Order: sequence, then C-alpha cells, then structure tokens
Amino acid sequence: MTALKLIARNHLAAFGGIVLLLVVAMALLVPFLPIADPDLTDPANRLKRPFTDGAVLGTDHLGRDLLARLLWGTQLSLVVGAAAAVIAAVIGSAIGIVAGYFGGRTDSLIMRGIDMLMAFPYILLALAIVAVLGPGLINALYAVAVVNIPFFARNIRGVTVALAHREFVDAARLSGMNDRQIIVSEILPNVMPVIVIAMSTTVGWMILETAGLSFLGLGSQPPQADLGSMLGEGRKLLITAPHASIVPGVMIFVIVMSVNLLGDGIRDALDPRLRSGALSRPAAATRVDRTNNPPETRKVDALLKVEDLHTEFRLGSRTYRAVGGVDFEVRAGECLGIVGESGSGKSVTALSLLGLVASPPGVVTGGAVRVDGTDTLSMNGEALRRLRGGRVAYVFQDPLATLHPLYRVGDQMVEAIRCHRSMSKQAAWDHAVALLEQVRIPNAAFRAKAYPHELSGGMRQRVGIALALVNDPALVILDEPTTALDVTVQAQVLALLSDLRRERNLAMVFITHDFGVVSQLCDRVAVMYAGRIVETGPTDDVLKTPSHPYTKRLIACVLELGGGRRVLSAIPGLPPPVDDLPAGCAFAPRCDKANDQCRRGDIVLGGNGMRAVRCLQPEGLPI
Amino acid sequence: MHLYVLKRLLAIVPILIGLTVIVFAIMALIPGDPATAILGSYATPENVEKLNRSLGLDKSLIEQYFIWLGNMLQGDLGRSYSLNRPVLDEVLERFSATLILAGAALLLCTVWGLLIGIWTAARQYGWTDKILTFIVLIGISIPSFWLGLLLILFFSVQLRVLPASGMFAIYGGGDLPDLLRHLILPAFTLSVVATGVIARLTRSAMLEVLRQDFVRTARAKGVPESGVLYRHAFKAALVSVIPVIGIQAGFVLGGAVYIETVFQWPGVGRMLVQAIATRDILLVQGGVVVVAGSYVLFNLLADLAQSWLDPRVKT
Repeated sequence: MTALKLIARNHLAAFGGIVLLLVVAMALLVPFLPIADPDLTDPANRLKRPFTDGAVLGTDHLGRDLLARLLWGTQLSLVVGAAAAVIAAVIGSAIGIVAGYFGGRTDSLIMRGIDMLMAFPYILLALAIVAVLGPGLINALYAVAVVNIPFFARNIRGVTVALAHREFVDAARLSGMNDRQIIVSEILPNVMPVIVIAMSTTVGWMILETAGLSFLGLGSQPPQADLGSMLGEGRKLLITAPHASIVPGVMIFVIVMSVNLLGDGIRDALDPRLRSGALSRPAAATRVDRTNNPPETRKVDALLKVEDLHTEFRLGSRTYRAVGGVDFEVRAGECLGIVGESGSGKSVTALSLLGLVASPPGVVTGGAVRVDGTDTLSMNGEALRRLRGGRVAYVFQDPLATLHPLYRVGDQMVEAIRCHRSMSKQAAWDHAVALLEQVRIPNAAFRAKAYPHELSGGMRQRVGIALALVNDPALVILDEPTTALDVTVQAQVLALLSDLRRERNLAMVFITHDFGVVSQLCDRVAVMYAGRIVETGPTDDVLKTPSHPYTKRLIACVLELGGGRRVLSAIPGLPPPVDDLPAGCAFAPRCDKANDQCRRGDIVLGGNGMRAVRCLQPEGLPI
Repeated sequence: MHLYVLKRLLAIVPILIGLTVIVFAIMALIPGDPATAILGSYATPENVEKLNRSLGLDKSLIEQYFIWLGNMLQGDLGRSYSLNRPVLDEVLERFSATLILAGAALLLCTVWGLLIGIWTAARQYGWTDKILTFIVLIGISIPSFWLGLLLILFFSVQLRVLPASGMFAIYGGGDLPDLLRHLILPAFTLSVVATGVIARLTRSAMLEVLRQDFVRTARAKGVPESGVLYRHAFKAALVSVIPVIGIQAGFVLGGAVYIETVFQWPGVGRMLVQAIATRDILLVQGGVVVVAGSYVLFNLLADLAQSWLDPRVKT
C-alpha cells in the first residue's frame, strides 16, 4: 500500500493517527481502568484543583472525579460521533447511489431536495430537529446525522454518475442482472473507498457538533455526560473552577485535531497532483543550479547567444533531461526557427531563455543565455524582470489560456507598458489601441475593451502579438504561436508576423513543429531531437538538402498543396523518453541507417559554420 | 448584467419556498398536540379545542401550510407564548444583534482568511507557510465554544481588559466604543473556524492558479512578483473562493448559536436555544426561517460578487 506509506511518511498525519489510536484505545479500555466511579458524588471534595491527592484532574462541582468523567465522556462522545457518521454515511450514500445510478427525473428530484436541505445553515437545521425531537443525546445524534446526509449524498452521487455509464456496468446489465444486483455487486464496491474517506474527514466534525449540542444543554442529559455536556456544566463555574471547563475542551480539541491531521494526510496521500509536484508554487524565475561558471558578461556580436544550455525536470527521484546542451545565436533582425516533434525540448529551450520554466520541477543545470552579452541566468530578479517584456518579449501558443481571463485585453497591454515605463494610463491605453490596429484588429478601440473569451482564436493571437510588441522589443520569442489556429487564420498571422518583422527589424526565435511555417518566415533553422540540436543551417539549404536522417523524415511529413506525387510518410516509433536516453545518437532506434557506431559515445554537432549536423553518416554534406 | 441579476433573483424563489416547506414540515412532525403543549397537561378539552381552532390546527396540513405562509408574508409569524409578544418583533430584534456579531465575524474571517491564504501560498513550504498552516489547522480543530471560554478566562478574568458577556455594559451609554469592546471577543471566536477554512481554500486555489499559463504570461511581460501574486493570481483564485465565503456565512450564522450562548450575546441563536428549552415552537420556527432566509440572501450576494468579478459567468 503506497498510500499507507505516504501517510506514514507525513509526520503530522502519522502523529495524528497515533494520538487518535491512543484516545480510542483509552476509551475502549475505560471499564477496565483503575479509576473512580464517574457518577460518585462527594460534596466534601468538590472543585478540587488538578494534581491533588486522589484526583489527578481534580473534581467537579459535585465532587465527582474529573479524570473518570473525562474518560467515560470521551467514550460516549466517540461512540455518538461515530454512530452519527455511520448513519449519515449509510443514508446519504444510499440516496447518492440511487440518484446517481438512475439519473434523470429521480436524480433531479432527489438532488433538488438535497439542495433545499443545504440552503439551511448547518447547525440551525440540527437545532430545528432537536427542537422537534426534544433535547437528548440520541436526538442530538439523529440531528447531526441528518444534517450531514446532504454531504454524503452529493459526493457519492458524483462518483456514482461517473460509474453508472462504465463498461462493466453495461456488461453486468447485459448478463441479466437487475438494478438492485448491479448496485450491490458492481456500484457499491467501487464507491466504498469514497464513502470511507468522506467518513474519515467528517467524523471529527460530527464529534464536534454533538459535543456542541450537548454543550448547549440539548444533547446528553445528566447524570449521563459526554465531553460537550461536561464543558457545559464546567462553564457555569468558569471563574471559580476553570479546570472543569479546560479539561473536557482539551480532549475535544485533541480528538478533532488528530482526526483532521489524519484526514489531511489521507487526502494528500490520495491526491496524485501532490505526488507529481503539480501543486507546488513555481518560483518567479527558473532555478539555476549550474556546474559551470560562465562570465556574467562577455562581448558577443549576436543579440542572443545560447551557450551549451541544459535544463532538467526533477520529479521525485527521476530526472528528465529536457534540454541537453543547446547552442545557437540570433543576430539583430534575424529569424531563427527551432523545429522538432513534441517533447523534443524546443519549448523548454524557449522558456529557459528568460527563466520562465516552472520551477519546481524545472532547473537550469548548465550553460549561459546571453542577451547583448549579459547572461540572463546570472541576473537578479529585477534585472530579469526588466528584460522580460522589455527588450525580449514572448508570444505563447494558446492565447485563451495565456491571456488573463478576468482582465480586458487593453488593460493587460496597459499593464505590460506600465511595468516598463512611466506612462499615464490614458497614454498607455492609446498606445495599446494603436498597436491593436497595427496587428490589424478591426475596430481596435472597441476590441480593447473585450475580455479574451469574447474574441475569436485568431483575434486573440493578434492580441498576444500586440502584447509582446508594446515595449518595442528587439527580440520576440514565439512558442508555437500558430499551432492552435485554423489554417487560413494561421496564414494571416504568419503574413502579419512577416510584415512586423520587416517594419520593426525584429529578431525572432520561432518555435514550431511545422517545416512549412519555417520555410515562410525563418532565415535559419535548427532542428531539435531529444533535447539537442541535430541539424542547423540556412532554411533553404536545410529544406533542399537535409543531411540528418531525422530532418529528412520531418520534412517528408509536410503536406504540400498540389504536390500529390510525394509520399506522406510518418516517422515510425516515438522519441526516446528523456529520463532514459540511449547512448550515442538518440535517433538511432528510429533510423534505418543506424549501425553499432551510432549507438556508442557522444556524437558532436559538426559542420562548417553555417551548416552543422549531429550525425555519423550525414547525407549530401561531406564532413 | 441586469438580466443575470434578475435570473439569480428568480432562482432563489423556489429555494425560499422549499425552505419554508421544510421548516413547516419539521414543525408539523412534532409529536403530541401543540395546544396541549402550549396550555399544559391540565388544560380543559374545551380550551384545547378552542386553541386548536384559533391556531388553525383543525384544517389539513396543506391548508395549514398556505395559511402559515400567507400570514408570514404579511409579517405575522405568530405569538411567542413564553415571551407573550409577536414572534416577528422578538426575532427581528434578536436578529439585528446576530447580524452585528456575524457581520463582524464574516468580515474578520474573509480578510484574514484571504491574507493567510495568499501568504502561505506565496511562501509555500517555507517557515511562514508551515507555521501559519499549523495555526490554521488548530483553528479549524478547536471547538469554538471552548475557545470562547478560554478567551474569557484570559482577557476578562486574568487581564480584565475586555468584557466577558453582553452586547453593552449594563450601566454603560450603549455607544459605539462600548459595542466594539463587547464585540471583539465573540466576533473573533466566531471567525476562527471560518478563517481557517477560507485560508486553506485560498492557499490551494492560489497554488493551482500560479501554475496556469496566464501567470507565466504575466511574468513574461515583466510584471513584478507582487503584481503577479495580487493582480493576476489572487484575482483568479478569488473566483473559486467567493462561493466558499458564501457558504462560510452559513457556518458563521449557525456558529453564532454557540458563541451567543458563551458570551451571552442577545442574538437569535441564544433565543433559539432558550426557545427550544421552553418548547416555544413558533419562536423556533420564526427564528429558523429568518436566519435561513438571510443565509440564502448571503449566497445570492456571493453569486453576484462572483459574476461581477468573472465576466465569463454572465454569458
């Protein structure tokens, strides 16, 4: 059981579990413990303080031993709380299963009723029920159970609805089982774990609530006493004998706290997102943990120069080497395309440039990224922030997810402007509208007031591009900006980018999986595979004479209009998992020219300045 | 927007009707004869019958419900026999005291819950997070009625700085400073659990949002980290927290029953407990309807706040 192990590893949850076990064991063993009679009054020894002779926790207003009363009261409270939990779970789950299994009218009728019950403040409904049934511990138990029924009904209904249409239920129905049999033999075993978890998270509340009703004098009646009524009695003597109120309260607190600790532990152990680290907060910039120590600034003549960049994802004990030593450069006004399949590390490369890889789990483990010669990986937070959206800007793939859903697009642009220069809101707004016009959004002044969900996909991506341009960047990094768009819209956006590039002398890094897009826009291209560049060169040369077998296959995947004679060929197999890369060429397993040599040792990216390829048997290009 | 408000307003009508049906049904289930309960077991049969007729108990249940509903809509909730005054007067008087207490507590738990949620999310796994998360866990585990007693012991008995009971000092002027002094302890006590719930939810909502693509966009355009946290992540997280604040209004209104008893606050919760003890059923009925109805309205407000914050909801 990994879940049990996880709970044990969570110290707080384990602590809660142990405390709870101790309390329960104590409550079970009360009849056999050498303690005084909890109901034996002794007026001579009333209100004795704790730690006096013969009464470890002191005595109450009738001289009864508080320790004995506490232990018996604990037993009663636990039993009542657990009983309420069982009753609520059984009835609530039955309602939930019926509603979820039969669906339709039955479902909507039942759930409407449940919604009505939930329209009441919780405790108020319990009070109303006690008002009808009359004060008393059993009635309080019923009240608390009834109040918790909607919680179970709703949760279990949700689970059942998902189960009711699964194949095994259909199979059971086809095999001739009736509804009752299906519910008992197919549905119930599957919802049982959910019921148990729901009980474990609510039993603490129910103990607290029954204690609360008893505290108000509506639960257990004298001489019977649970923790709540002990507290209620103690309260009357709060000032003269505070221990009589403190003692039972501590016990309620300990029980509820340990149940909650354990419940949290169970919930965390069962939450897959917590295990994968998907719920940890990404830092403002990617963590940099380099083994090399590059100079902070170095004179380079390129606008962007990436030197032997390494980025990893560390999940638990596994390390995924997403980017494994990438070098490239982009000069002012130049457009570099980075091409590769999904998982080739091209997006991670793009995000690594300005520390935008989510971290944890991402870590930059080596190399340098120079913008105007300065290494962005060594920059402090403020310097990096100025660079982001200033001299270097990003355009992302899916603008519905990448624009903030709750702000008007104009305001999002205004914010980007005002993060980098002091400009009045009105001036910034005008500037934003002007840019929206430049990216050819019709009726820009009006559209600036729209929320992202009110725009079409192509329109949103134009906003994304305008957003990147607000501070006149020298370099724009575009991470698959056209992938989510229709083909016609894609062509428009590419034409727009091409024009903007010329007008503004923009340098671009264009990430895509589509060679067709590259050929339209990019001066040079770098092909990535399994986290490394396998071939690079001027776009036309690479397209005409691809020399890496992978490049060749990738180009063959592009569909050409009117080119019906070419055979569209998929590349067999999948890219290798980056947490377990093979030695030698990563493409070897999918390459029909691979030999033993290819599977041994590191293969360098060799070439003559403009063209380079990482292959032992390159085609068409003598090394 | 106006259309949406109208739709929401219409949607609560069936809920309010259902609520009255449930209250009426619960009260109708009371075993025994209400007239005997009211008049005591020594009542003469003639008197019982007379009272039954005047209470309308000789009619069918459905007729009784509509009569009761009609009376209620005209502001007639019946007469409390234990206090010998109209239920509505008593309930409204008591409810205004509860609103002061619950309103203050709701304000406290919203402000602190959101702040603690943001702080802990921003410093996830740091010391601030660990300590605050543990305090929050204590907060949601501590019985509020016991916490109230501890606070009285400490602040009223030991330090003698804050009053332990009542809404105003008996011989005081009944002015605002006096009210605030009396309000501090009960409002804080009442807010503790809800603060914890809101803080936990805000923390997890923030952590979820901080992973979203639009937060990466905010960082990519050079928004300072505080702006990322408050303007971008928090606003998006708030959308999922607001309904829970609405639900917490119910817990605060309900929890007021304990706190009003502990601090002897003259609110509707304490009135209910007393009414149950004296079996003053009409008073219980009136109190429950008013409190539950106001909870429905709180949730409506939460709904509207959410739609105001999130333009996607309206469509």
